[in-house]
Amino acid sequence: MSATLAPPRTVTYREALREGLFEEMEADDRVILLGEDVGRYGGAYAVSRGLLERFGEHRVIDMPMSEALIVGAALGAAAVGARPVAEIMYMDFVTLVMDQLVNQAAKLHYMFGGQLTAPMVVRVQQGIGRGAGSQHSQSLEAWFAHVPGLKVVAPSTPADAKGLLKSAIRDDDPVLFIEHKGLYARKGEAAGPTHTVPIGLADVKRSGEDLTIVAWSNMVHTALAAAEELAREGVSAEVVDLRTIAPLDMATVLASVGRTGRLLIVHEAVRTAGLGAEIAAETAERHHGQLRAPVRRLATPDVVLPANTTLERELVPDADAVVAAARDLVRS
Amino acid sequence: MSTPDSTPSVDPGTLRRLYHGLVRIRRAEESILELLLKNRLSSTMCHVSIGQEAVAVGVCDVLAEQDYVTSTHRGHGHFLARGGAMSALMAELMGRQAGACRGRGSSMHLVDASVGHLGSNAIVGGHVPIATGAALWAALRGQPRVVASFFGDGATSEGIFHESVNFAAVARLPIVFVVENNQWAMSLPWSRATAQPSIAAKAQAYGLVGVDVDGQDVLAVRAAAEQAVGRARAGAGPTLLGVQTYRFLGHSRADPSSYRDTTEEQRWRARDPVLITREQLAATGVGDDWFATIDREVHAEIAAAIEAAEASPPASLDEVFSDIYATPLGGNR
Repeated sequence: MSATLAPPRTVTYREALREGLFEEMEADDRVILLGEDVGRYGGAYAVSRGLLERFGEHRVIDMPMSEALIVGAALGAAAVGARPVAEIMYMDFVTLVMDQLVNQAAKLHYMFGGQLTAPMVVRVQQGIGRGAGSQHSQSLEAWFAHVPGLKVVAPSTPADAKGLLKSAIRDDDPVLFIEHKGLYARKGEAAGPTHTVPIGLADVKRSGEDLTIVAWSNMVHTALAAAEELAREGVSAEVVDLRTIAPLDMATVLASVGRTGRLLIVHEAVRTAGLGAEIAAETAERHHGQLRAPVRRLATPDVVLPANTTLERELVPDADAVVAAARDLVRS
Repeated sequence: MSTPDSTPSVDPGTLRRLYHGLVRIRRAEESILELLLKNRLSSTMCHVSIGQEAVAVGVCDVLAEQDYVTSTHRGHGHFLARGGAMSALMAELMGRQAGACRGRGSSMHLVDASVGHLGSNAIVGGHVPIATGAALWAALRGQPRVVASFFGDGATSEGIFHESVNFAAVARLPIVFVVENNQWAMSLPWSRATAQPSIAAKAQAYGLVGVDVDGQDVLAVRAAAEQAVGRARAGAGPTLLGVQTYRFLGHSRADPSSYRDTTEEQRWRARDPVLITREQLAATGVGDDWFATIDREVHAEIAAAIEAAEASPPASLDEVFSDIYATPLGGNR
């Protein structure tokens, strides 16, 4: 019966996001986009291209360069019935939005006794890849894992990106949706219009027995490449893609570590007080007796990223570094 | 200044209603201060608007049922004037489950979505873009709604004020920005916060209508607000309404106001909005009996609200973790 099926459709991460936006906007006229250059320009990373032409200026709103207003206005609209998707061009610019995200959006529902809700998504992209420098390359997800009331996701594949974006838009809480500039052109299997991915659920991207590698966003692909190399050496690595940064799905991580007895966490964010520290601490507290080796973190060193494609590549852990760390961990 | 030269005339019923609104806020906040002194509030943070009541009352009087307001840490008056219940206010301040925010918000966070009160906010200026977003949604949907956003003179020094007013003007949003200028941002006088004291002049730079108005005369506030709300509802864009008023007491209970001189305070206290309105009413022939009746009614309402609050269970740890999220996690596991 499968003889007549077409091969799976392949899309880029960018196209998957656009499909997710398009389908949700088609399905629900309360979904609006607002941000800098999201309309006529089509988005700084071309995610929203074509949406202004399809949905018009009442649904796709080009905003002045006022990041705090963009998120605050999304929040105000959300509080009175809209389901806005705001775009902040670079994660680094989120520093301009901290009050609206941290004090306002994250608190609205709780602080006002459940009377108001904030069904909104803030899309940002982060990470290295373009030599974009100290103010356009930071990975800041850990900051937002520290704020009860926010949900934070960072998908790694086109299907997860689309599925999580659709879930985020339908969710009644503020969701910080973190993309990666190195992922937009990455291809993967396309997801259909009914596909969603639940917020708060990690995904085992590769099964293995000897150690667990936890990663998210672009680093998942580095971890998968490393796992491939490790397999050739006879080391079986399990790769857990967190997908959701907050609230953390520690159940999936702990279940995996319970099987493998070893944990390596790899992230692009700088090491100190990165999300790896939280995962390591939780694992140490709850799985101490089952660990066959100390928990290991691999991260970008505590450095200000230079605007230099060579240097940034050398600073962020690559597959070779993951392989070396995993080898160490398994043989220790 | 575009303050009207003479006091606008209104029908006697309106003036009585405005006076009642002023007295309700004044007496409620006097009671709140008493409760604070007796250690009966759930929080030590409490900012009263005594002296500024005409701003809330004058603006809210011309709003329609479907309109929205946003408010500040000094927001008891906005809450009551917009139609929030006295009992919800008192229960909230006393940390009870019957409170507006179920006892989580206390003085600085009040809300009543059922009357279009979208919350009072403890970050100066933090709610101004939220109000702007509510107005944006009304405009996008073609709803005949107007948003009134109350904030103090201090908020005009925040960047988010500029971002919000600028966008509201260019998008011609149905919003009235009410600058409740009580002359002091905690200890910083208006003269040291800005080189341009006229809000109307500031508005010119943004390309929206700006008005400076006497905030101690509730009729003047009401008249200016009526025009601004009318403009917004007609699609003629936002207004920056600069209302000159005065905080009769300190910034908070902890503040003895040592930074300002008593002659200034006395000059403003001579222009008490409650007394001004009382004189306006008396001039129309309203007698002492009516004023005494209002006093009794307001007193009874506040006493009943405090009594009801005391009968409500205190906010407790049992429910302190509810509502962190509106959509629970793990539904699909």
